[in-house]
Amino acid sequence: MANGVMTQTQHIPFLAQKGLKSWILTTDHKRIGILYLITISFFFLIAGLTALGMRYELMTPELDFFRNPTEYNVAFTLHGSLMVFFFIVPGIAASFGNFLIPLMIGARDVAFPRINLLSFWIYLVGTAILLYALMQPADTGWTFYTPYSIQTGTKVIMITLGVFVLGFSSILTGMNFIVTIHKLRAPGMTWSRLPLFIWASYATAILQLLATPVVGITLLLLIAERAFDIGFFDPAKGGDPILFQNFFWFYSHPAVYIMVIPAFGIISEIIPVFARKPIFGYKAIAYSSFAIAIISFFVWLHHMFVSGISETAAAIFSFLTMLVAIPTAVKVFNWTATLYKGSIEFHSSMLYALSFIVLFTIGGLTGVYLGALAVDVHLHDTYFIVAHMHYVMIGGTVMGFFGALHFWYQKWFGKVFNELIAKISWFLVFAGFNVTFFPQFFMGFQGMPRRYATYPVEYESYHALSTYGSWILGVGVLIMTVNLILPLMKKGQPESPNPYGSLSLEWQVPSPPPHENFDEIPTVTDWTYAYGKK
Amino acid sequence: MSTWIPESASNLAASVDNITLFVTIISIFFFVLISAVLVGFSIKYRRKSEDQETAYITHNPIIETIWTIIPTILLMVIFAWGWIAFKELRNPPAEAIEVNVVAKQWLWEFEYFTGKKSLNELFVQQNKPVRLIMRSDDVIHSFFVPQFRVKQDILPGNYTQLWFTPTKVGTFDLLCAEYCGSGHSKMLAKVNVLSPESFVRWEKGDEFEDGAVMTATNISPAERGKDLYSQRGCLACHSIDGKEVIGPTFKNLYGKMENLEDGSSVQVDENYLRESIYEPQAKMVKGYPPNMPSFKGILSEEEVTALIEYIKTLK
Repeated sequence: MANGVMTQTQHIPFLAQKGLKSWILTTDHKRIGILYLITISFFFLIAGLTALGMRYELMTPELDFFRNPTEYNVAFTLHGSLMVFFFIVPGIAASFGNFLIPLMIGARDVAFPRINLLSFWIYLVGTAILLYALMQPADTGWTFYTPYSIQTGTKVIMITLGVFVLGFSSILTGMNFIVTIHKLRAPGMTWSRLPLFIWASYATAILQLLATPVVGITLLLLIAERAFDIGFFDPAKGGDPILFQNFFWFYSHPAVYIMVIPAFGIISEIIPVFARKPIFGYKAIAYSSFAIAIISFFVWLHHMFVSGISETAAAIFSFLTMLVAIPTAVKVFNWTATLYKGSIEFHSSMLYALSFIVLFTIGGLTGVYLGALAVDVHLHDTYFIVAHMHYVMIGGTVMGFFGALHFWYQKWFGKVFNELIAKISWFLVFAGFNVTFFPQFFMGFQGMPRRYATYPVEYESYHALSTYGSWILGVGVLIMTVNLILPLMKKGQPESPNPYGSLSLEWQVPSPPPHENFDEIPTVTDWTYAYGKK
Repeated sequence: MSTWIPESASNLAASVDNITLFVTIISIFFFVLISAVLVGFSIKYRRKSEDQETAYITHNPIIETIWTIIPTILLMVIFAWGWIAFKELRNPPAEAIEVNVVAKQWLWEFEYFTGKKSLNELFVQQNKPVRLIMRSDDVIHSFFVPQFRVKQDILPGNYTQLWFTPTKVGTFDLLCAEYCGSGHSKMLAKVNVLSPESFVRWEKGDEFEDGAVMTATNISPAERGKDLYSQRGCLACHSIDGKEVIGPTFKNLYGKMENLEDGSSVQVDENYLRESIYEPQAKMVKGYPPNMPSFKGILSEEEVTALIEYIKTLK
């Protein structure tokens, strides 16, 4: 048990100050977290709406919703790039990372509060460029593969420039978190006592710091090629289109783990609290985040098994890809084992955490199909990939994100949402997600290629089912959003600062926390997961 | 098996399917195991009272080692098996018959060693290995036939190859699997696997007489044009219902006055349509990209006439 529990003196909650200036000039990590939370949620909803449009189009084989195929292609480009670069990469790391890291380690703020604000401003500049780019959107897909992205008549430069600028925000945030975790831990908060969300954030920050510059340079080269006709990637100008794919995936594969490792951290926080059990295999979970982060730098070629790479390269990267699956499997076993002999309460956030385990297992197992070389040849660039990726990204990251929203909601905002409605919306999200994406595995086996505006008629029943699922999912997210926004407008306070009985430091301060977080920096005497210790 | 995996129609399909089945069995086992344990624990250890006893268990080296080693072994088996089958996919036998493939936005051209050419229809002989030597004229495309379990990207400025031995007579969909622009989802073609006798007949036929011609003798030019419209890929860019896709729609096209890029205008008649098929950039209609390839040497005069007759019917 952490010993720094403070006496309840008069606290001014960090949300007390009003006015625009108190927000745009804030250096409070909790406020900056909220600023990120609002922006990423905005992009999540926009990108979700484009997905609903795509699913509506795909209900029938012929083009009937969009006016021409280019509009459909623009829609999946927007959906992919907004979801990836503007929602899920900054996502949990920037919003919950900002809010939780200082609170969890017993610090007053991050190491460099003003750089933290700068990161957010840079993120805003990136989004501003992007919103401008939306007026004439590109149709390249979120991967910007050359030479199509060089030759297309749509506007590619602005959207890639937006992503390029975002990269700096990501790098600065990663750097800030690494220093914070190293230098600002409260006395007694040793590495082996750290909450697993901190371990996860640390692994993520390293990836952000090391991988993001590569995508920045790559996008800059792409911009240079389009703007000044320098032949890096287009063979018509003497370039090599495969080089782009190498550069792009060298970032974007680690980026997959930038997206999902923070969710691992969240699940590792929620499950012990609601099972009243220590996390099972603390060290295994902490180290496996690092194992995944490191190996993830050496698997990028598995996105390119059919691009014409050599057999040897393919074999090496298939082998390394299989290695990533091991720490991932270990984590799933650990989370499940944590429930053993516990006292389990099914709070809405726990429901998200448990569905994370189930869905992420499907995402992980289907990844094994794609790691096996000969099987990947058949499944590559089909809906199997689409389904696999969404099981990892929605089943994994988004379930973690929704779980975090429901878990830390009281702490962050000092308000209470309706738990019954939260459970109903969880069920709709869970069911809708599976109805949307599970049929896509079968479509993929059957050979339905991705990024098709129209398709052969034999896939129609799968597509129709998938579209119905997207409506259920959409309704679920809508109800959840309303349920979480409404309490913010009402008066009301949570009864206790620690309603779920968590041992983690952030729950020992008032909800919402005061600006300085702690009256006095706490001294930690035991690890965060000592639930039920005799 | 055919309900969830497509029919297998090449020599390579069986080994891919066996690995797929193996991975599926393992996946179902682990999924059922984890779900059952999760649901079982959730029911058994649900909170019945506030002061419910819990166990203080932090880790267990034996069980953790076991559940690290078992997946590792299974994953290594899957890796090795996948690699062995992949080597087979990548190495064509020396006796394979070569076909040159050109992929371009948004059609497929096939050139056989006899000098024959075909468009959007690949002709191969049952039980004879085929090696495709592929190049792209513009962006990256990908050759994908689900029933054969083969896929290979096609690059500009670089040859890639792919081989298979078709084992079943029939017609199979060839799909472009790498996103290549607005016509991507219409960049479809057929692979016609012919019996040895039909293949000889097809080889002896004159330049443009292919399977489609042989099956379609007693039909009107307009009906023949309708077949060509989909077989030769016109549909990727030209709609027949008035929708603007990439090029002008064919609906009400015949007889229409078109404004050209150079400011002049032209009435669409037989000669303008013929010229636009053989020399698409000669008189460009204003507002459309200069994407269309020439169909000279690909569509015969007779086929062009049939297409024009078809366009005339689209009112």
